[in-house]
Amino acid sequence: MNEIITVRDLCLWYGQTQALKHISMSIPEHSITALIGPSGCGKSTFLKTLNRMNDLIPGVKITGRAEYAGQNIFEAEVSRLRREVGMVFQKPNPFPMSIYDNVAYGPRTHGVRGRQQLDGIVEESLRDAAIWEEVKDRLKKNALGLSGGQQQRLCIARALAVKPSVLLMDEPTSALDPISTLKIEELAVKLKEKYTIVIVTHNMQQALRISDRTAFFLLGELVEYGETEQVFSRPVDRRTEDYVTGRFG
Amino acid sequence: MKKKSNLFETLVHGIFLILGLVTIGCVLLITVYLVVSGIPAIREIGLVRFLFGSKWASTAAQPQYGILPFILTSIYGTAGAVFLGVPVGVLTAVYLAKLAPPKIKSAMGQAVSMLAGIPSVVYGLVGMMVLVPGLRRVFCIPDGASLLAAIIVLAVMILPAIIKMSVTALEAVPKEYEDGSLALGATPEETYFRVSLPAAKSGIAASVVLGVGRAIGEAMAVMMVAGNAPNMPDSLFQSVRFLTTAVASEMSYSSGLQRQALFSIALVLYLFIMLVNGILNLFLKGEKAE
Repeated sequence: MNEIITVRDLCLWYGQTQALKHISMSIPEHSITALIGPSGCGKSTFLKTLNRMNDLIPGVKITGRAEYAGQNIFEAEVSRLRREVGMVFQKPNPFPMSIYDNVAYGPRTHGVRGRQQLDGIVEESLRDAAIWEEVKDRLKKNALGLSGGQQQRLCIARALAVKPSVLLMDEPTSALDPISTLKIEELAVKLKEKYTIVIVTHNMQQALRISDRTAFFLLGELVEYGETEQVFSRPVDRRTEDYVTGRFG
Repeated sequence: MKKKSNLFETLVHGIFLILGLVTIGCVLLITVYLVVSGIPAIREIGLVRFLFGSKWASTAAQPQYGILPFILTSIYGTAGAVFLGVPVGVLTAVYLAKLAPPKIKSAMGQAVSMLAGIPSVVYGLVGMMVLVPGLRRVFCIPDGASLLAAIIVLAVMILPAIIKMSVTALEAVPKEYEDGSLALGATPEETYFRVSLPAAKSGIAASVVLGVGRAIGEAMAVMMVAGNAPNMPDSLFQSVRFLTTAVASEMSYSSGLQRQALFSIALVLYLFIMLVNGILNLFLKGEKAE
């Protein structure tokens, strides 16, 4: 499989605190990579480095290299990078506007104006996010009227509408009920045919259920990274074993 | 022992209640007074002739009491002030709430507060000494004291209300919305205009209504720059009289029906303000409901 994201010796500081220590890893295309680890281990920080959402935090310093499809992430034009590397957040965050406008927001921002073209993108994105059937009759209704799980799938549709290749998911189900969680998980598995997914999760069962590869972070270090099955059943590192067997975390 | 503390609490409670009632009493008193003293002249002149009469000649041998020029002037003047002041105010608010570096933000915020604290007579004075002669020269008109001068002064006067309320509304927009937009590849500026501003719209609308209330009720500053002739406001360069200044400028020497008519004007003004306040409350309620 081709590697779409390659990170070499990445370090990141928030002011004086080092949040990531010499991370090196490659993420293969059309797969789901799960980032696991206890709170504060740096997995979310790592995720946000990949679409430079960390740029927004004052006092961040980054060294090392990160490449997306062969280009340096830190030198790329940020708006272009974020179109290619989309993101879904922990808390569903649809804009306070209609369902249609939410999905059309990205394409409109990037200059798509034609009504028919927008309609097409909106429908396709909502279908891909497995929410079309539920909302097709109320596209003009405010998105905030949807349930939490629907809102999250709408946010996924919104992210898909700008045609990314990578989808970063930052604990996308931690605010959702089990049934909504299941739907998002099924969706993620379906989406990996077209997209590459990197998902941060606190839920180890989730990582086990849906991911192809798992990376275990601890105190800013990448402790172990490999096939999910191997990481959970035959971890190489003692700390990984302790974590995945529930001895701490 | 318990009884004593209960008595004390009842007493304190009563005092606060009375203080609150004093405020309500003032509002009621003013309302009743205005209605009672404003109605007779309207009855005598006739409601339609009073409201829609286009000529005000209170001291003529055949006095005429039509206040349409004042009503239109107040509406046009306020609309003009909103037209000029709202874009400037809202854009300033976007800058202060989202873009400005902390130092500039604090300095500019303080300047805005000071602008709010300047007495209206000072606005009028500066308008009279700087704006009016300036307009005369720029537009080559005989007198710069005009509707336009009043609009400009009012626009500046409503800025602080608009800026402060809009900043508050913009700062209350959840960061998640903005992150969502940025993560889609929108630039910060696109994000502020296409996500933050719409999300803050009810607060911003409330700030505009507040500005409208301020502009409609302003008397002193416009009296000093508007020229005060009771003309129909058919040009920006016309010398005009507002509802507020109509009351203020004749009150000192009026008598009889003329004086009663001034009370009626005050009543009309009061109804305008009540309307604006009602709209403001609607917006604030709408914001809470969201």
